[in-house]
Amino acid sequence: MRFGVVVFPGTWSDRDCGWVIDQVLGQELTYLWHKDTDLKGCDCVILPGGFAYGDYLRTGAIARFAPIMEQVGDFADRGGLVWGICNGFQVLCEAGLLPGALIRNASLEFRCEWTNLLVERTDLPFTSKCGDREVIRVPIAHGEGSYFADPATLSRLEQRGQVVFRYCDSQGRVVPAANPNGSMHNIAGIVNARGNVLGMMPHPERCSEAELGGTDGLKLFRSAAEGALKVLVS
Amino acid sequence: MIARVIITPKPVVNDPQGLTVKQGLASLGFREVTDVRVGKYIEVNIEGSSEHEARRRVEEMCRQLLANHVIEDFRFDIEQEHKRR
Repeated sequence: MRFGVVVFPGTWSDRDCGWVIDQVLGQELTYLWHKDTDLKGCDCVILPGGFAYGDYLRTGAIARFAPIMEQVGDFADRGGLVWGICNGFQVLCEAGLLPGALIRNASLEFRCEWTNLLVERTDLPFTSKCGDREVIRVPIAHGEGSYFADPATLSRLEQRGQVVFRYCDSQGRVVPAANPNGSMHNIAGIVNARGNVLGMMPHPERCSEAELGGTDGLKLFRSAAEGALKVLVS
Repeated sequence: MIARVIITPKPVVNDPQGLTVKQGLASLGFREVTDVRVGKYIEVNIEGSSEHEARRRVEEMCRQLLANHVIEDFRFDIEQEHKRR
């Protein structure tokens, strides 16, 4: 099982993701440079957090033209696991691999804090190790994480159950007070219709060891490690 | 030729920057302000081509990169460049 972590100029969460994969999970790890034109046999590709290409023009707007992104798109089309975290989620939306967009937080503040997430799908390769409607604690760190989609797209997402994570309180109640950025329907993460491309604003790689204050993020990495194997088998 | 592109958040998109600027203007006494939207302004210099062709190309640029159709609207003017000294 090999994870590939994409590195754009301006990416900074690549080493954190790499640490979890390599040191905590003991899985094979390859960094994929934005100019690379092949995925080096990776079974799961992670687009990590940061400010790819300085977030010039819009978050993720330039990153989507990177040579590696063509491979990532093909890989996703073939059913490969693609996982965008924070800036990676923004890149996936700009690339059209996920619907909607991430806009400026309603508060205009950069929010760096712990959030509670209600896990609404556990049948996905990314969340199989989570309990049904489990509440997990995962930190966020972003200025532009307010999820937006037009009403038709939003209702399609809801009808198809493509909302994977929703900001909630510690009891799992999806309430406005638990929404850190003004996201529509408290959306923190979505998946494509096929279920192999996940985008989420919170950072599971920052809560995968007890020393960091929580280990809920590790459930997602463990799920992906197992999920990618199933994809290979099928 | 120069294309002057203006990009604005779609009316349905929440624009916290615009709201904040509106509040700032109100606190300065500009009570007549009913709405503020904050967008982007981009100048694109273009070589050769007719104005008609330039217009078609800039439209494509907006669709493919300059604006995100999910959240933004765009409009632009094309001007013949002023003669350089």
